[in-house]
Amino acid sequence: MKKGIKRIVLGSAVSCLLLVAPLHSALAGTIKVGAIFAVTGPASFLGGPEARSAEMVVEKINKAGGINGDTIELIIKDSAGSSEKAVSFAKQLIEEEKVVAIIGPSTSGESMAVKKIAEEGKTLLISCAAAEVIVDPVAGYVFKTPQKDSFAAQKIFEEMQRLKISTIAIAAGNDGFGKAGKDQLEKMAPAFGIKVAAAETYDSKATDLSALVAKLKADASIQAVINWSVVPAQAIIAKNMRQAGWQAPLFQSHGFGNIKYAEAAGAAAEGIIFPCGRLLIVDSLAANHPQKALLLQYKNEYEAKYKEDASAFGGYGFDAINMVVAAIKQGGNDRAKVRDAVEGLKNFTGVGGIFSFTPQDHNGLDIDSFAMLTVKDGKFVPYKGQ
Amino acid sequence: MKQRKNRALAALCLLVVCIHLVTVLTGSQYYLTQLTMAAYYGLVIIGLGTLMGYAGQISIGHAGFFAIGGYLSAALTTRNLASFQGDWPVRWLDALKMLKTTQDLSGDQLLTVAPWAACLCAVAAAALIALIIGIPVLKLKGHYLAMATLGFGTIIYRILLASPYFGEADGISEVPGFTLLPALGGLGPIMISGDADLRVLNYYLAWGVLIAGMVLLLNLIGARVGRALRSLHSSEDAAEACGIDTARFKLRVFVLSAVYAAIGGVLLTHFNGGIGPSEASVMKSVRYVALVAVGGMTHLWGTLLMGVGLTFLSLRGVFGTFDDAVFGMILILVMLFAPEGILSLRLKLVVQRIVQGVRS
Amino acid sequence: MSLDLFFQYLFAGITYGSIYAIVAIGFNIIYNATGIINFAQGEFVMLGGMISISLLQFMPLPYAIAGAVAITMAIGALIEILFIRWLDSPSVLRMIIITIGISILLRESALHIWGESIRSLPYFYGNEITTFSLGSVHLSPQVLWVITACAVMVCGLSVFFKGTPLGREMRACAANRTAAILCGINTRNMVTLSFMLSAGIGALAGCVMSPITYTQYDSGTSLAIKGFTVAILGGLGNSMAAVTAGILLGILEAFSVSVVPLAFQDAISITILLIILFIKPHGLFGSSEAARLKDF
Repeated sequence: MKKGIKRIVLGSAVSCLLLVAPLHSALAGTIKVGAIFAVTGPASFLGGPEARSAEMVVEKINKAGGINGDTIELIIKDSAGSSEKAVSFAKQLIEEEKVVAIIGPSTSGESMAVKKIAEEGKTLLISCAAAEVIVDPVAGYVFKTPQKDSFAAQKIFEEMQRLKISTIAIAAGNDGFGKAGKDQLEKMAPAFGIKVAAAETYDSKATDLSALVAKLKADASIQAVINWSVVPAQAIIAKNMRQAGWQAPLFQSHGFGNIKYAEAAGAAAEGIIFPCGRLLIVDSLAANHPQKALLLQYKNEYEAKYKEDASAFGGYGFDAINMVVAAIKQGGNDRAKVRDAVEGLKNFTGVGGIFSFTPQDHNGLDIDSFAMLTVKDGKFVPYKGQ
Repeated sequence: MKQRKNRALAALCLLVVCIHLVTVLTGSQYYLTQLTMAAYYGLVIIGLGTLMGYAGQISIGHAGFFAIGGYLSAALTTRNLASFQGDWPVRWLDALKMLKTTQDLSGDQLLTVAPWAACLCAVAAAALIALIIGIPVLKLKGHYLAMATLGFGTIIYRILLASPYFGEADGISEVPGFTLLPALGGLGPIMISGDADLRVLNYYLAWGVLIAGMVLLLNLIGARVGRALRSLHSSEDAAEACGIDTARFKLRVFVLSAVYAAIGGVLLTHFNGGIGPSEASVMKSVRYVALVAVGGMTHLWGTLLMGVGLTFLSLRGVFGTFDDAVFGMILILVMLFAPEGILSLRLKLVVQRIVQGVRS
Repeated sequence: MSLDLFFQYLFAGITYGSIYAIVAIGFNIIYNATGIINFAQGEFVMLGGMISISLLQFMPLPYAIAGAVAITMAIGALIEILFIRWLDSPSVLRMIIITIGISILLRESALHIWGESIRSLPYFYGNEITTFSLGSVHLSPQVLWVITACAVMVCGLSVFFKGTPLGREMRACAANRTAAILCGINTRNMVTLSFMLSAGIGALAGCVMSPITYTQYDSGTSLAIKGFTVAILGGLGNSMAAVTAGILLGILEAFSVSVVPLAFQDAISITILLIILFIKPHGLFGSSEAARLKDF
């Protein structure tokens, strides 16, 4: 008897605690923006910088007095890369916190899981994930900031055509980033007359890839390797290739775009060619380049505040929050108006490129958002072709 | 004994309805979504709790069964069979009325397996795999058993992560709702789906399934089978000596807990509209173990309450970036201070134990 | 398969295998002394790498490594004292859950202390692309460091356990705890010492492999799984067997690349583990008698 009552009391206490409606009512003059990032977990290389960039922007705006007098409250939810948490947080942010927009999630799997929820909840979602399916087919409320992987692939293949490379191998990590890239590469290779002799997926946490390199090197027809992953694998494969004495050109994804990664690969990084946003070569941009001022500002502020190198990944989050801010300036705290404002953005300067959205194009970037970079003497320099 | 059990069940039903009414009154119906998700996870946890508490077998791979259920159901209801229409398996499924034709996003014909059939397949597959794996695995003891279950969970995770059929790292999305009863007369359909207008219905469905599962387990524990299981937990040799076929009981409970996990997986996948590889990860399995431990391995009610409660908090992001750390801490604290679970905690004993430890 | 390719796979396999072996040795020490499989062993490896990289900013490489080993040993002792010491005859289930909890805590602490970026120690000799060649096969000198460290550890432990009084006391403790107590050996301290030793070995392993594999807050988890796969493969408690099993597994994984898609490589080691557990749970080189003897 006692046990039963004890349970009822415990149960009621727990439920009371859980169901007390949020005591903090929306203060007059606060606009809530939601964010779902994979700050911890296997995708933390994406979510960590994205969350930090977004926080940096919001802090700066609030210090300067907010937008038209309203302070922005950024609610960041850590999904740790799991789609069920992303689903739960998306519903929570839309219905409970009543945010005007959501930025993120960081990975494609999560973005696809919440795409429908954002659409049905009529809340703007600016995803920081790369998969093309996020904006194709286009959903009215869903946008994305990362450049298209197909553009990256295109730039790489164009360069290969110039270098007269016709047979290649593709190696990709088994995470969402690697999968998206590999899909695009395999799809587009035939159009450039390039034959993919081998396409392998490896564990993104692999500690050594010498066996894979041995297998690829043994195939004499392979003239170049494209690797699509993030650290540590992208540094490991570079080292393993050069250690095996294989001097074939190594192309990497834009995931290589952080000077720390070039340092990690050390001497093996020399000569790696990869497409990237212009953040990393901002110093060599012409003074009147439309992105230069913003890139320098982002780089300096991020590095000063967080004591770590700025990366293109953080840029995705930076661009997303800036778009929301610009939209709020136009549309206030109204979800529909904010969405329309984002869709109407033209020539919006971002870290990833210059965005121009249309009702059919919710990514807003063209192939020009990528520049080809290479590593020389341990530094990133624009790739001028050999 | 039976009276107490019925009273506890009635109390739980009452609590479920009360929570709903409270949310209606405070206008906070969005909580129901996360309570629904927590209820499905609760199904996995009470199944695992029966296995760990009453059959005494640790399983650090149970997320694998959840994933088998969820992924198979998701894959069968989203992958297009239209190109295989001529082949005999597809025609055979069609004859059994297991297929469903809809239109996909680009307007093409989409031929998939109907959700109810997919659910049956998924749960049956999980049960079969549990049966096959269970026979050798349950012969192992202690560390070896733990390692084997960990290995099983990891293999499932690796297979899911490596197969394009299962969506690799992105998982499977666009999973349709699971219609239990089609729209009849003026009543809408009874469907498991994430739609906002079906939220209250899904809340009661989820808790209904959970309570039904609880009733089944409680009856099991109360019956002869359950007494046999409890004797297993305290001493397997003694149980054998009494003529109980421990191997058979352990296997049965293992398969039952796998079925519970698979059902939870199927229903949650249809509710969320998708599933990702993180559902099969080792951390998920460890989390289930933590929740069973904190509830008390032989206290099914404690397991249910703590499991659902903590999962709810985690789904709300209350623990922030420390989510995994919290569960790790729970594991350690519970195992150090309250190995019988939090509900059995008596403060005096805990203090005594701390003092003892410090003194020695 | 050409002879060249064969040797390249072989050496790739030896690279992997030595890494697994070096992690497995740490498991065996704690297992023998306490009967516990320490799921947190992988985190000791990760901590060794992380701490030495942080110390590298202030002192030269050898001191940084020594410092990291010392600090990790202290952490190992602390863990034992805080969490393990005052449990009296805990069940296997309880111990497994506690060590899993400890491993999660260590990993999350590392995340919040060092962030999610990867780091590594510089190569001990040469840089990322120096190799020396045997015919047309190239091997990075760091791999030799790993193998050497492995060999040194096994020999050193052998000498320690058979030659020194302290080592003999630990063996006594492992063989029969009650008898050891009767002989006046402080078994509680022996347990602490075994944790310290395991932590130190793990840390050294982490330092030595860091240039090859890089170190990240979550690199401990997968290493631990491989590590105890290898330990069980060889037979729990037997370090020499663990090293052999490790090298064998590594070679098997390397050669599997030529027949099976790389995506399934990890599934191979787990499948082998499961098969061994089902057929011969005491490992390839073990037996139930040897397991009972618990000799290092």
